Amino acid sequence: MDLLTPGTGLIVWQVLIFLGLVLVLAKYAWKPILGSLKEREESIQQALDQAEKAKQEMASLKSDNEKLLKEAREERDKILRDARTAASQIHDEAQTTAKKTADKIIEDAKAVINTEKQTALRDVRAQVALFSLEIAEKLIKKNLANDKAQKELTETLINDLKLN
Amino acid sequence: MQSEIKTLACFTMKMPFFKTVATLFSLLFGLFVGVSAWAQHAEGNHPQSDTAQTALHTDLTHAEGDAGEGEKFNVNETIIEHVTDAPVWHFADHLVLPLPVIVYSKEKGLDVFSSSHFYDEHHHVVEYNGYKMEGRNILIAATGEKTLNLSITKNVAMLFLTAIVLLWVLLSVAKAYKKNAGKAPSGLQSFMEPVILFVRDEIAKPNIGKHYEKYLPYILTLFFFILFGNLLGLLPGSANLTGNIAVTLTLAVLTFLITNFSGNGNYWTHIFWTPGVPLLLRIIILPVEIIGVFTKPFALTIRLFVAITAGHIVILSLICLGFIFHSYVVGVGASLLVVFINLIELLVAGIQAYVFALFTALYIGMATEEGHH
Repeated sequence: MDLLTPGTGLIVWQVLIFLGLVLVLAKYAWKPILGSLKEREESIQQALDQAEKAKQEMASLKSDNEKLLKEAREERDKILRDARTAASQIHDEAQTTAKKTADKIIEDAKAVINTEKQTALRDVRAQVALFSLEIAEKLIKKNLANDKAQKELTETLINDLKLN
Repeated sequence: MQSEIKTLACFTMKMPFFKTVATLFSLLFGLFVGVSAWAQHAEGNHPQSDTAQTALHTDLTHAEGDAGEGEKFNVNETIIEHVTDAPVWHFADHLVLPLPVIVYSKEKGLDVFSSSHFYDEHHHVVEYNGYKMEGRNILIAATGEKTLNLSITKNVAMLFLTAIVLLWVLLSVAKAYKKNAGKAPSGLQSFMEPVILFVRDEIAKPNIGKHYEKYLPYILTLFFFILFGNLLGLLPGSANLTGNIAVTLTLAVLTFLITNFSGNGNYWTHIFWTPGVPLLLRIIILPVEIIGVFTKPFALTIRLFVAITAGHIVILSLICLGFIFHSYVVGVGASLLVVFINLIELLVAGIQAYVFALFTALYIGMATEEGHH
């Protein structure tokens, strides 16, 4: 039956034509097509790789920036801290100096007051002695106005002397 | 990346267009086949008009028509005539293209003449120039000896046509790649590209393995030859090229030769001395493996031949229903069914091309696989 048995002529033509097709298409169709497909894929891959690289670079740049920023922030904090400590130190120093000065002034004042007080007391004592002498003189003068009183005193004095 | 998106957009944009074309195409086909078959049948009922034609016909319908039994319609003959090779290209009854006969014999040397010489005005087969046509063979009339028949038969002409279409399409696509270098594909190129990529990435690469690039031109040519052959074979009036056993056998034998010539030590060891199997079993397995080597191309031959021929036979049978029952109703109903079958045939055309290429890739992959035991 013709349907189920292969004809020789057709086989010969098929071999010739098909092999010719394979050769011609391989050289003039598949080579350029597959070549440019591959090229395109490679260029796409390259572009993707480059994008990825750029992304990584961006990320590293960003992290660098952050690092720099962090450092700057830390430095700022340090400067502020230093300034603050310096300020408080100055403040404390000023306070202590002021206190010392004040104390000295107070002490000086106290000393002056003391000396003044001593002087005053001495004056007062001298005055009091003077007043006492005057009073005593007046009293004595009054008591010894009569002879009897003079006598009595003399006796008393003599008695005191005797006792000694 | 942008170009890729563009490609995708291009392709999705064009998809509905191709779908519509495919649908329209099948509808037209159904109509055309129906009409031409009807015309042919009608012709069979009027044998008188035959004398006026220069057209040639071997159809039994006509032979019977000549005998005055016009009502009898031989479905079997009609269908077989449609799916087998012929020395003439019969488009319709008044449109028959005689093809050149090329014969070679030791006695008479090389002879080239038109196949129309083998028919008289009543379409009876006659002797010519000392040659006698007997079925597909051409014998020397005097001795009855066979000659080497290299005639451009209907299928050979179809083969030329398929090759020309294939060359035209693929070379223009290749040109587009050169022209559009570094740019997004356009037109036909963007339609073919996914198919080429499919063959490369889904058929060749996973099945052959790392040496796939060496076999890619063969597999791509095979795939597109079968695909174009199948699709062109669905055209009304065209020949059943990829459903011809000589064609499928040739393709299968080429695959067989490539497979076995690229077979490495590992492949042959597996066939002749299957490792990891007890000695006794190896002896039993040996013939099985050797038979297996030959069943592969056999399966390839039969699968494509049967799938395509069966499809054609189903369509033709459905069309013949109208003539068997002599009813327009049956004819219209059958034609609707034919349209549906045709859509399936479009699917089969792609699937069979895919399957043939896939199995070829698979066999080559098995033959070139590196041992991993």
